[in-house]
Amino acid sequence: MAAVEKKAIEFRNVSFRLPSGRTLLYDLNLSVNQGETLVLLGRSGCGKTTTLKLINRLLDPTDGQVLVDGKPTTEWDPIRLRRHIGYVIQEIGLFPHFTIEENVGVVPRLEGWEENKINARARELLNLVGLDPERFAGRYPRELSGGQRQRVGVARALAADPPIMLLDEPFGALDPITRREIQQEFRSLQRRLGKTMVFVTHDVREAFLLASRIALLKDGKIVLLGPPADFLKSAEPEVQAFVSCLSDPASSEAAP
Amino acid sequence: MNLWEFLLAHRAEVSQLSLEHLFLVAVSTGIAILIGVPLGIMLTRRPSLSKPILGFANIMQTVPSLALFGFLIPLNIYLFHVRVIGGIGARTAIAALVLYALLPIIRNTFTGISNVDPAIREAGKGLGMTDRQLLLQVEIPLALGVIIAGVRVATVISVGTATIAAAIDAGGLGRYIFRGLRMNDNTLILAGAVPAATMALAADFLLGRVEVLFSRGAGVRLGRRRVIAAAAVALAAALGVWAAVALHPGAASSRIAIGSKDFTEQILVGEILAQAIESKTGLQVERRFDLGGNLAHDALVAGEIDAYVEYTGTALTAILKLPPLSDAKEVYRRVKEEYAARFGLEWTEPLGFNNTFAILVRGEDAGRLKLKTIADVTAYAPRWRAGFGQDFMSRPDGYEGFARAYGLKFLQVREMDLSLTYRALADRQIDLIAGNSTDGLIARLGLVQLEDDRRYFPPYDAVPVVRQQTLQQHPEIRAVLKALGGSISVEEMRQMNFEVDGARRAPKDVVEEFFRKKGLKSGERP
Repeated sequence: MAAVEKKAIEFRNVSFRLPSGRTLLYDLNLSVNQGETLVLLGRSGCGKTTTLKLINRLLDPTDGQVLVDGKPTTEWDPIRLRRHIGYVIQEIGLFPHFTIEENVGVVPRLEGWEENKINARARELLNLVGLDPERFAGRYPRELSGGQRQRVGVARALAADPPIMLLDEPFGALDPITRREIQQEFRSLQRRLGKTMVFVTHDVREAFLLASRIALLKDGKIVLLGPPADFLKSAEPEVQAFVSCLSDPASSEAAP
Repeated sequence: MNLWEFLLAHRAEVSQLSLEHLFLVAVSTGIAILIGVPLGIMLTRRPSLSKPILGFANIMQTVPSLALFGFLIPLNIYLFHVRVIGGIGARTAIAALVLYALLPIIRNTFTGISNVDPAIREAGKGLGMTDRQLLLQVEIPLALGVIIAGVRVATVISVGTATIAAAIDAGGLGRYIFRGLRMNDNTLILAGAVPAATMALAADFLLGRVEVLFSRGAGVRLGRRRVIAAAAVALAAALGVWAAVALHPGAASSRIAIGSKDFTEQILVGEILAQAIESKTGLQVERRFDLGGNLAHDALVAGEIDAYVEYTGTALTAILKLPPLSDAKEVYRRVKEEYAARFGLEWTEPLGFNNTFAILVRGEDAGRLKLKTIADVTAYAPRWRAGFGQDFMSRPDGYEGFARAYGLKFLQVREMDLSLTYRALADRQIDLIAGNSTDGLIARLGLVQLEDDRRYFPPYDAVPVVRQQTLQQHPEIRAVLKALGGSISVEEMRQMNFEVDGARRAPKDVVEEFFRKKGLKSGERP
């Protein structure tokens, strides 16, 4: 764990209810230190994505507070907050009418950077995520494979160098081999960049590979929060269920 | 004359009407875009409004054009001292066309933007785009193909609907179509319909190309500056044209506007009033002929025209909604009284002829079966098909009472456009029609009018109706109209109608000849 334990993100007694009255998160308490990668792990519908959207104010908490850099999100201007946080989603959401270079340059352009600075930054980031700018800069998203598109998605989120990154199952839709490759690359990227990351997945293997700490969610509550080592020792049935996937050769997530 | 010869011979007029048509379509579609696209965008931001607004646009499309015109003509809506809605002419035609074009544009804008992949929208939002940036940089460019598809549908519909502009003296190719229907002239109908269809196909093709170009989405980004510039140009162009249209008919008080309904006889009597006033007074006359349905009445009440010729029976039943009467003098007295009290309009001297309903059969049937009166038909009716205009089917002195008065039961009764019934009768598709007693086609197609022996049809004496205000301002008109009183017989009217419908002569020439024969020289100004 990093020596400086400054909190980048903090959840204080956060609950979230839909207008229909259904509660998705119950009294969540959680903090993410600067530079660490917290993985939110859990089954579909356990509240992982909701937790993520509370951080960049795509949702506001019903009760409690979410603090980013020590300030409640409700006091942030949502636009400033979102440009301060990189965001990658499973569906990627590249703009189909923009070239790859333009997609990567979206946030710098919104921030009013100069055109040549935007281009240089886009090329730098394409290199960083392993895409040759000469070949890819002028293409459109539909001309790329799923893995290449997801790399562009990551590059786009990094463009304005946000201190915090939110990643919502970014590699979920990729085939197992591509996923393995891109996970490894992402790990080295993570080390080089030293950003605060919150990473959502239901793949326990991915969680073990990337996490400083894992928060396991079940039905809107935290079952376990701790480093991967704690995870293996726990007797909680939900934790056991996930750990068993690690060694199950039938699991599609299994390593070679 | 075949269509090609006609188009060649009248190429100046054809291109003039085509340009008018194009103008109506372009201006109305342009305005519909300026209203519909922002409205569609607003609906994506406030989906709760989508039901009422799309519902309204939907209903507008089902309103018949004549009803819509009747509603729009009396309106007086001003914007910066320029009348933007109301009256007769291009202004009102454009307003109606805009209302018809709105639905596809609003709907496609709304659905085009709503159907943008939610993941793309979420990514944009998550990256920190403001709602406006999301709209201008992502949603509109991605929806543009669908929006243009809506504009394309609206344009093609407009090319078709713009033919109705002829009903309120707004020009366009509808003039040929309506005139052709009235005169039973296929060439004339095609001379209007073929250029209109060509225009629709061309618009469809061109906008189809634009649509394909934009559906690819590639390279189309709306920079804020470009959007504002484009919107400003479009707005300026539309407003400029609108202002030109709105300002155009400068209603100077020394001008008298004479109206007419949309059939040959009306245009002839309108022309008679116009030439008489021109030759006997120093007043300039503006001709606003060819007004559909009861729009001439609406226009007269609204002060858009100063006079037109109405028929006593029509005024009594269709406008005043009073029960039919058979005594001609009594009908005249009633309508004169009621019009003065209700509308401030004056009925002047009757022109002399009575254009009542004429029950017509083919000449050969009349000869073979020895038919003289309507009562003679009773025995054959169960084997006959009858064809009547929509007007005759619905008016209180129309079909229902007629069938009852004579105890007629037809094998089949077909409701169709009045002008088509003559041809259908001649072509043996039907066996009996209710035409107009002064119609020139009666002689031309060899039809025979049966006598109304039970005196069912009320009198329809043709009488100029004038605004009282106009008569106060220009008392000299009263004398002119008085001199016209009793000057046109049924035979003369039928003959003049034939000259136009049958001999294809211009109404203006026919009327000049009429004045020459009557010894009332026209064209001479004091």
